[in-house]
Order: sequence, then C-alpha cells, then structure tokens
Amino acid sequence: MTPQELLVSAIKDGTVIDHITAGRALKIIRVLRLPDHKKVVTVGLNLPSRAMGHKDLIKVEGRELTPEEANEVALLAPEASINIIKNYKVTKKFKVQIPQTIERVVVCPNPKCITNFERMTTLFSVKRYGTVIKLSCKYCEKIFEQEEIKDYNL
Amino acid sequence: MLTFKNRDILSIKEFTKEEILHVLKVASALKKKPQPKLLDGYVLGSCFFEPSTRTRLSFETAMQRLGGKVIGFADPNVTSTKKGETLYDSIKIISQYADVIAMRHPLEGAARRAAEASEKPIINGGDGANQHPSQTFLDLLSIQETQKKLENLSIAFVGDLKYGRTVHSLAQALCHFNSRVYCVAPEMLQMPEYILDEFKLSRIKFSLHSELEPILPKVDILYMTRIQAERFGDPAEYEKVKNAYVLTAAMLKGVKSNLKILHPLPRVNEVAPDVDATPYAYYFQEAENGLYVREALFGLVLGKF
Repeated sequence: MTPQELLVSAIKDGTVIDHITAGRALKIIRVLRLPDHKKVVTVGLNLPSRAMGHKDLIKVEGRELTPEEANEVALLAPEASINIIKNYKVTKKFKVQIPQTIERVVVCPNPKCITNFERMTTLFSVKRYGTVIKLSCKYCEKIFEQEEIKDYNL
Repeated sequence: MLTFKNRDILSIKEFTKEEILHVLKVASALKKKPQPKLLDGYVLGSCFFEPSTRTRLSFETAMQRLGGKVIGFADPNVTSTKKGETLYDSIKIISQYADVIAMRHPLEGAARRAAEASEKPIINGGDGANQHPSQTFLDLLSIQETQKKLENLSIAFVGDLKYGRTVHSLAQALCHFNSRVYCVAPEMLQMPEYILDEFKLSRIKFSLHSELEPILPKVDILYMTRIQAERFGDPAEYEKVKNAYVLTAAMLKGVKSNLKILHPLPRVNEVAPDVDATPYAYYFQEAENGLYVREALFGLVLGKF
C-alpha cells in the first residue's frame, strides 16, 4: 500500500475525481454541493503526482457524477479525470470536458453586470482562442479569461 | 424574408449585415415620407432608469410622430425600483400596459434581463457601458447617407475608445463592411482588446494611434467622442487627457472632400464650435437621424414593415 492510498481510502461505489489542479478541490466540493451529500466524501490536497507535481483528489461515496457535473468540474480543473467505481473497481474512466455553455455556476466578474443585482441564473458561452479559453457573459457581453473568474454560485 | 415582428433590439451583434441594411432602408424611407398614422393606437413604454435627454426624447417623439402614445418615466426614483422592486418585476408589469418598451438602465445586461420578463419587444436605449444599438443604426444611416455606401470606408475613432459604448457597437457593426479603422486615443483609453479581437476575426484592417493630425487626410469618417470625466477615479489622470484631442476648423485643411465628422453628442470641447460651419460637420444631422431610425425600429418590431 502506497502512502497516498493510506491518506485517501478506497471507496466501494461512487466517483473519484482525480488529477485536480492543486488547490482547486475545495472549490469543486462547493460547486458540486458535496457538503450536502449524506455519505462519505474524502479529500486529498497537494498529493504528489508524477504528471502534475502536486494534485488534489476527491472521492465521493455512493454517487455517480453526471456528465453535466463533470463539466462543471472542467472549468476549475481542466485536467481532471473522473473514475466511476463499482464494487471497488473502476468501471468507467473519462477526462472532463469544458462545455459550450456554463449555466449558474460562474458569478460574473463584472461588478456592473445585471446578474450581480437581480436574483437570476448566470449564463456564459465558452469561446476558444487557440489554447486560451474565455467565457462570455450572456447579459453584459463581457469576455473573461478563466483566471478572472473569482466567485462561483454555490 | 426578413422578419422583425416581436423581436427585441438588444445588441448590434445580433444583427446580420442584411438585417442592418434593412433597418437603414426603412429609416431612409420614413425620413423621405413620414407616416403619421402608422402606429395609431399603439403605446410605447418609455422606461429610463438613468437620465437621458436626446435618446429618450427621440424615442418618445418617434412614437408620437407615427401616431402612437407614450407612457413612462425619466427618473427611477418615481418608480417601485426605489422600494426594492426587481427590474424583472417592473418590466413584467409595464409590458402588460405597453406594446413596445424603450429602456435605458445603468447596469450592463439590463435590457436582456428585461426582455426575459416582457412578452412585448424591448428596445435597448443603453445598458451601462454595454450596448446602444439604436445609436449604431443612426451612425450607420449617417455614414450611408453621406458616403452613398457603407463598404470599404476609412473610419477614425477618436477620444475615449475604452469606455465609449457607441464606439464599441459601431466598431462591431463595421466588421460587416470591410472598413479600414484608425483608433486614435491616449494609451489608457485605447480600444479594448475584445474589439480588436473581433476586428482580427473579421479581417478588418486597423491601427492604433495617439496623434490625430496625421490621420485626418486619410479618412472618410471621423467619429469624435467625449472623454468622460466620470470614468476617472483620479481627477489628475482626467486632467492629463481631457484636452488630448480638440478638433478645430483650421485642422481640416487637406482632408478628403467627402469627409464627414460624426459625434454621438454631447460634446464638451473636443469639437470646436468653428467646425460647425464647415461642410464636414454632420453631427447635428446625425442626431436628427436618430428619430427616423427609432421610428423604423418601432415599425419593424410592431410588424408594420
């Protein structure tokens, strides 16, 4: 047994979100509303990773993430991979994908955007400029880079 | 067949070239031949959550000149907004009274939010620093009228290109017309990166400048703007740039004979009064065109054209 496995125990059925950009796991937990999940959620922060140097990892007992939820993860951790576990075995493994549109999750960074004043759902379209990903607010029409997104609707 | 019936007019970006040209065609026709009975029995909701003189009066006059009536407010302090009512609720109610709503609001995206609340068409008369599409239509009508075309023209934007929403909307519309764009501004007020990205995507040739005079002989349209004091946190920064570009009649020697000077108004000192008497000044006629463009938009979204 490696030290990593000792730190983050195996789950019987559920989802493992692996290869999360170090430091993003706590935000993902909030975005996916995992504190409301009634079963065990295990978090590993700054785990050593051969490919990434350090990574975060989340194990969610008794819940299979939907593709939509996995896409929400993509915004925060574009390198993340999702492992669906059944009876201690990985039955499905896939990389997250940034969706075409992002509903609700992102708070518009423009302080003069109407979405920050009315009780309403935000909607961003995802635009790709080569390898750079930018988000365009449906309402104020401003375009933001991922690093400019500071707040998430929880 | 182009159809505008019940359509919201929120952002110039949502219009194809064909649609823009259709709006201009209808506006030109209304300018030549008024239609005082066209909207008899219709009611405009004129909802100005932020002060405006020209835009509000021209929307209201446009409806009245087409035979319609106007309800509304010019000061949000007289509405339930002051009591904490959401924009959504306010517009939901007003849209039950009016057939079409023209609105201005200080927040960006407010017109789009209003459109979600309203079953009647919303015409955006300015939402913060975001969009002001009817201004863009009147700018384009003025360009078309004076140059007899929209394609392949050289246009200089001068002044506050960073915050000016009329600049951003017109720049986006020009992407349809293969323009050559000169951006003349102090470095701190240059054209935002996202507009330059749109130029690149549309293969629009553009260049950035800090000096106005070398550009003057090159252009067909000079689009002057006011440097807005209210945008500066530090008054000393405003003082540095407020007189950066002052156009005088003397500077217009050697310009193209077809040059026309546009300005969304109000002006402060960036266009000297002696320019008014030159054959190049067109900003007052441009403001008048606002009336015909807004008449056209009402007629179109109410299904009359």
